[in-house]
Amino acid sequence: MADQNVNQTGGRLGPPVPIWVRKSLATVATVAATILGLLFVTFMIGRVMPIDPVLAVIGERATQAQYDQTFIELGLDQPLLVQFWIYVTDVLQGDFGTSIRTGQEVTTDIARVFPATLELATLGTLIGVLLGVPLGVIAAVRQGSWIDQLARFVGLIGYSMPIFWLGLVGLLIFYGILGWVAGPGRLGIFYQGIVEPITGMILIDSALRGEWAVFRNAFSHIILPASLLGYYSLAYISRMTRSFMLEQLGSEYVTTARVKGLSEWQVVWGHAFRNIRIQLVTVIALAYANLLEGSVLTEIIFAWPGLGQYITTSLLANDMNSVLGGTIVIGTIFVGINIFSDLLYRFFDPRSK
Amino acid sequence: MSTSQGLRDWLLSEEPTSRRQAKYASWYKGWLTLRSNTLAMLGLFVLTFLILCAIFAPFLATHDPFAQDLGNRLLAPGEGGHLFGTDSLGRDIYSRLLYGARISIYIVLLVVMVAPLVGLIVGTVSGYAGGWIDIVLMRITDIFLAFPRLILALAFVAALGAGIENAVLAISLTAWPPYARIARAETLTIRNSDYIHAIKLQGAGPFRIVTKHIWPLCISSLVIRVTLDMAGIILTAAGLGFLGLGAQPPSPEWGAMISDGRQYILDYWWVATIPGIAIFAISLAFNLLGDGMRDVLDPKEDNS
Repeated sequence: MADQNVNQTGGRLGPPVPIWVRKSLATVATVAATILGLLFVTFMIGRVMPIDPVLAVIGERATQAQYDQTFIELGLDQPLLVQFWIYVTDVLQGDFGTSIRTGQEVTTDIARVFPATLELATLGTLIGVLLGVPLGVIAAVRQGSWIDQLARFVGLIGYSMPIFWLGLVGLLIFYGILGWVAGPGRLGIFYQGIVEPITGMILIDSALRGEWAVFRNAFSHIILPASLLGYYSLAYISRMTRSFMLEQLGSEYVTTARVKGLSEWQVVWGHAFRNIRIQLVTVIALAYANLLEGSVLTEIIFAWPGLGQYITTSLLANDMNSVLGGTIVIGTIFVGINIFSDLLYRFFDPRSK
Repeated sequence: MSTSQGLRDWLLSEEPTSRRQAKYASWYKGWLTLRSNTLAMLGLFVLTFLILCAIFAPFLATHDPFAQDLGNRLLAPGEGGHLFGTDSLGRDIYSRLLYGARISIYIVLLVVMVAPLVGLIVGTVSGYAGGWIDIVLMRITDIFLAFPRLILALAFVAALGAGIENAVLAISLTAWPPYARIARAETLTIRNSDYIHAIKLQGAGPFRIVTKHIWPLCISSLVIRVTLDMAGIILTAAGLGFLGLGAQPPSPEWGAMISDGRQYILDYWWVATIPGIAIFAISLAFNLLGDGMRDVLDPKEDNS
């Protein structure tokens, strides 16, 4: 993406439009192309479905006349490109169609379930960052020491463990045997409906309303799945932090700082770490996007009423509108975060200007 | 003894007398480096073991993996001659694990045959052709790269119908873009080198240049990436199986076995736990081997 822009600007003499305008326009074009591609793929998935979309709406016992009418109402008699155009305009207006399973607008459904996923992924990323960044920094500073080996080991396990299995084993140990945390679900049955939703994220809502009993219960429900997701982002974040730090610690300004007699703390956190902050933010953003996606399997295990569970239940019920709607939402967030981290780089890293 | 000594000398000779000797010698040196990496060897060992298990499953299995025995359901490991116990339908978990290894390895092999090849073709064509072909192909790659993999695979499987082949197709469709990126980057560094110009002067066409002279040089970086990706492929396949979208019952796919045992987890822990350990073992083995291979094939990379 970046090198292409360099080619464009490097080839010709400076045009009247300032560079940053053209770069922003290029970014906008990229975002638009990517999202259009996403819509095209989901649209095609919807087309190749072996399920007859008409029968899904009217049921199997409808007459031929009803069938034909619905067929035309759904626009299925139009050419494929026209259908795609209708689909794009609908989606851009936030209309993903109606869910066959819940009977509601997919948009409404997603708005209802999304906060749960957001809450889980945010807490997971928080755990991953708070533990992963220091672990990565220390592993780089003490390269080859036991803590470096530990970081490597933690990463390897994280990359090799099926997340749904780890969730099950976690439930077995911490809920079934030790009883330290609450079981599946978001809230115990006695605490449901007490807190009026504000953001839809129970931890924040209950804290805002001062319902601390609810907060404690919600916390004991969320802590296990969030730690699990946190572990996965920890594996990624600590690995990246370590390699960024190693790069910085090997450079000459660090030697200069040491020669000046700065304390090790100053050298590591004041100099080297300052320079990896932007890279780190992009890594964290990507980890966050991955968690939004990775929460699908976790949500199933922990009966977490979020977007991942919504997508899979709809999938098993052949409710394609909901599946594609959910895919588009997660895909768009994914693309958004990718672009965001790209922009962050461009604006804050003086070398890329 | 003396012949193997002679072979070793021939392989480690400083002045190879033929291209074949040079080629084998470089492979042998790579093997020696890999052999000195304990963790990679551990990975290779576990992997060989699992592959042997898969090949000789009919001989090693103590029971028919599909035979139900409702009188003996949910037996604990070791009870009644069932090494790892039985599942909710009384099927022997040990025998099912052995046959399940076949499915996992089958899926990985299929994906590994499809995805890197697609990536290699797209990447080298894109890098060698340049211009608008490059822009279009890379834009498509970027679009696929920006997609959430598991979700996209889910949607694909949903559309195509559940089953192993469709799971393979779905995983491959989401797995090829990184290979295309790597192949393109390699091609860009190679395409203007002197030997390519020399071949061009000899009259080689683009097809011959790409397939005969660029592909071989892309292979090693692709192999590393593939080995490191295998764990991810296995985990995705197991995830699809767990959701009921991969291999269909009664097939002993490991992810599906975990899903079977899920409802009994609190009382009969082994039904879901043991297949998980198998998945963990195979993907850990691939990761260890992949790390070691990277050290051998790509020494410039920091082995973080």
